[in-house]
Amino acid sequence: MGKIVKYLTIDLMKNWVMIVFTALLFLATLGFFALEGQNEKAVIGLLNLSLLLVPMLSLIFSITYYYNMYDFLLLILAQPIKRKKSIFSLYLSLLIVFSLSITIGLGLPLVLFNPFSTSYLLLLCILLLSAVFIAIALWAAVYTNDKSKGIGLSLLLWVYFVLLFDGILLLGMYNFAEYPIEKYVLFFTFLNPVDLSRIMVLMQTQTAALMGYSGAIFKQFFTTQQGLSIAVLLLVSWVVVPLMFAFNKFKKKDL
Amino acid sequence: MGQVETKKNAEALSMIKFQTLLLLFCLQFGALFSKSRTVESSSVRNLQSVFDEAESGDTLLLKGLFKVSLLKVNKPLFIIGKDAEFVSKDGDEILVIASDSVLVKNIVFKDVEASFLKDRAAIRLLEVQQVQVDNNQFINTFFGVYVQNSSNCIISNNTLQGKAGDEVHAGNAIHIWKAERIEVINNVAEGHRDGIYFEFVNQSFISGNISKNNMRYGLHFMFSNYDIYENNQFENNGSGVAVMFSKHIRMLNNTFKENWGGASYGILLKEISDGVMKHNRFELNTVGVYAEGANRIQIDSNVFVRNGKALDIKGNCMDNKILNNNFLGNTFEVLTNSKGNLNFFEGNYWGQYSGYDLNKDGVGDVPHRPVNLFALITDKIPAASMLLHSPLVHGLDMAERIFPQLIPEQLIDKKPQMKPLNL
Amino acid sequence: MIAFEQLNKKYGKHKALENVSLSIPKGRVVALIGPNGSGKTTLIKSFLGLVSLNSGDIFFQEKSVLKQSDYRKHIGYMPQISRFPEHMNVKQLFDFMRSLRKDVKDYDWDLYDKFEIKKLEKKRLNALSGGMRQKVSAALALLFKPQLLLLDEPTAGLDPKSNEVLKSKLLNFASEDRLIIITSHILSDLDDLVNDVVYLIDGKLKFYESIESLQEKTKESRLTKMIAERLEMKN
Repeated sequence: MGKIVKYLTIDLMKNWVMIVFTALLFLATLGFFALEGQNEKAVIGLLNLSLLLVPMLSLIFSITYYYNMYDFLLLILAQPIKRKKSIFSLYLSLLIVFSLSITIGLGLPLVLFNPFSTSYLLLLCILLLSAVFIAIALWAAVYTNDKSKGIGLSLLLWVYFVLLFDGILLLGMYNFAEYPIEKYVLFFTFLNPVDLSRIMVLMQTQTAALMGYSGAIFKQFFTTQQGLSIAVLLLVSWVVVPLMFAFNKFKKKDL
Repeated sequence: MGQVETKKNAEALSMIKFQTLLLLFCLQFGALFSKSRTVESSSVRNLQSVFDEAESGDTLLLKGLFKVSLLKVNKPLFIIGKDAEFVSKDGDEILVIASDSVLVKNIVFKDVEASFLKDRAAIRLLEVQQVQVDNNQFINTFFGVYVQNSSNCIISNNTLQGKAGDEVHAGNAIHIWKAERIEVINNVAEGHRDGIYFEFVNQSFISGNISKNNMRYGLHFMFSNYDIYENNQFENNGSGVAVMFSKHIRMLNNTFKENWGGASYGILLKEISDGVMKHNRFELNTVGVYAEGANRIQIDSNVFVRNGKALDIKGNCMDNKILNNNFLGNTFEVLTNSKGNLNFFEGNYWGQYSGYDLNKDGVGDVPHRPVNLFALITDKIPAASMLLHSPLVHGLDMAERIFPQLIPEQLIDKKPQMKPLNL
Repeated sequence: MIAFEQLNKKYGKHKALENVSLSIPKGRVVALIGPNGSGKTTLIKSFLGLVSLNSGDIFFQEKSVLKQSDYRKHIGYMPQISRFPEHMNVKQLFDFMRSLRKDVKDYDWDLYDKFEIKKLEKKRLNALSGGMRQKVSAALALLFKPQLLLLDEPTAGLDPKSNEVLKSKLLNFASEDRLIIITSHILSDLDDLVNDVVYLIDGKLKFYESIESLQEKTKESRLTKMIAERLEMKN
């Protein structure tokens, strides 16, 4: 398995999309710190940007990559290699390259300009988020049978996680505005890794303290060691669960 | 009508200044020329009898530790400490001043205990005039200085350090009730229920004070008219500053900072009218200015930096002018609960303004709408604040600014500045 | 050497394989023939474990291969590959495949040399022409000296000279304890190479016969003609 990961990773590192993505992140991070006088605003700007960009690219790139690697995957599978190993290697290679790209493009300048815990948490969240969306992408790729359907599904998923979910949540909150719903809302954020990461990082900034009672409830949860650990664990389970689905489906899939 | 009021206000101000000068002259110089004697705690058994036996206008130089309670001053005296410490003997009040023209200076007051029956104070000014409380230190006194039914008094240069427990067991640092022409200058009040408390106090002057870490308000101000407060610092108080049910208040050059919490403001303006707020700085407050039933207030040349909501102005506020302020890095700039707008916004710099200036006159060519949709949503549905910075919210806000449906259409600044004003 | 027992495979309603039973001994070169969509690829893929069956069982050297992966050690597979990893070059591909097969120490570099693949070593795989890719694929399939060789349209895109190189290599390679299965629809390419013909149509096995028996039945000498004649007959 290590061999497959090694060769795929080296191959992916030369991919121009990944190189452009890394450069773009790097320039954007520098730009945010240069343009925004306050570091905290730069961090929030970066959070906004990466919450849009990272899930989208992780999804589309991973699905495209899966389909481009399809023939090669068949060649590998004709060797005495277990199916689970091959798909896991594919996932691991994508994860390694995305993590490298995010760490260099976002993490490095972030930690350099703003060497505080918020930066590290932002980096961790975005890394986890890309792990989540590569897993979701593989699941979508395994469930569909051609590239265009796969990309279509991934775009739908992106719209759902980034826009639709919040819209539905807002409607729900509107209908139950009379009740003390903060704790339930907190629970609902667990159901969306994008929201979870966004709130996790925002709650470390001063913005949280200015959001009144609701902000206080969220802050109470997301600033304690325990709350943060739970949130990170939840994000990890957002990686593991889609990955399990993808692996199980792949094991039985007709290739 | 408005002009007459303004004139009255100006007269009140000059009156205060004159009174102050006179008072300072009388008390401070009076002390120099009066008969003085040193009283040492080791040689005196009963301080009350020393006070009683002294002649009017005497100077008493106190030295050492005095355990006393309910010490009464019945005649004009200059009571000056030289390393003097007054500790409450049984937890009750320490000094009651019931005579005009008294000076209390350089003394440390300690350990007045909380009581549910009586607002015990370290020093109580009881129906007096021309009294000055200067340069004293109050440590763990339930109420520090309590002024009632008095006029022409000065409370200056004192440090009041309370033992912050809960709100019920805490008193106010400087508490003034029913008074006129009082000056509260350069005091530091900390760890009390309210830092400075004004109720029915007219033509008075609050300046250069620092009021911080108090449980409720840094400044609690009610039913008081024609007052001025300037150059004060209000920081990290439970609910910030409240100015309520008052007229003709001038608020200048104050700093309102770090008042965080569910119901916390830089300043609460409730049922107040005809005031002026100029050159104040609001920084890192949950709400910078919260106005309810405020009328004809001029909010001019203030700086609002990084507040949750810079200005929350309710629908029952009328004819206020919000001019030439800087709004920098606030999460929300203006919030209101009404679709109409009866106030006037112009010439402000708005950090969230995204317009352009083609003719380069420094004024944006498109009016700015400082109320954003998400601010209204979170006001109605507080839990929605978890959607802050969600792409959905950014999208909705942008759409709403272009085609206003829910935000007040009339609440606009027609002359938004392109660059922050030099304030 | 390999045996298929009552294979059934459906894609939705479409029956890709229907009751296919077939047993092929070693020492043969078998042509797997049939029109497009007849089930050739499904049959090969099901043997490689790339397609899961609805029912039936497959044996390789008397052992069931279902849910196994180890038996693939003995198989050389030459697929039709249209895409490789973007930046992988020819040398890296060979290195990579060898690193996957640590169990094999003894390589067959014959085709590698004859196709002069060494000259292409630094070329990116995706930049190769179809014929070049076929050559690389073929060399790779034979590299580990497999007992069973599965070739999917091996001659497609090959120039006549290379075609002959491959054919003579395959003739050379075939032996008593090996089996070669070739799918192709260009029948003329397989003349004088194959011993047996397996014909599939609509997922069903039409016939499995040796060339000798076909010749006898049809009195033809060319493979194309033989099969055309054979299909006219019943059974």
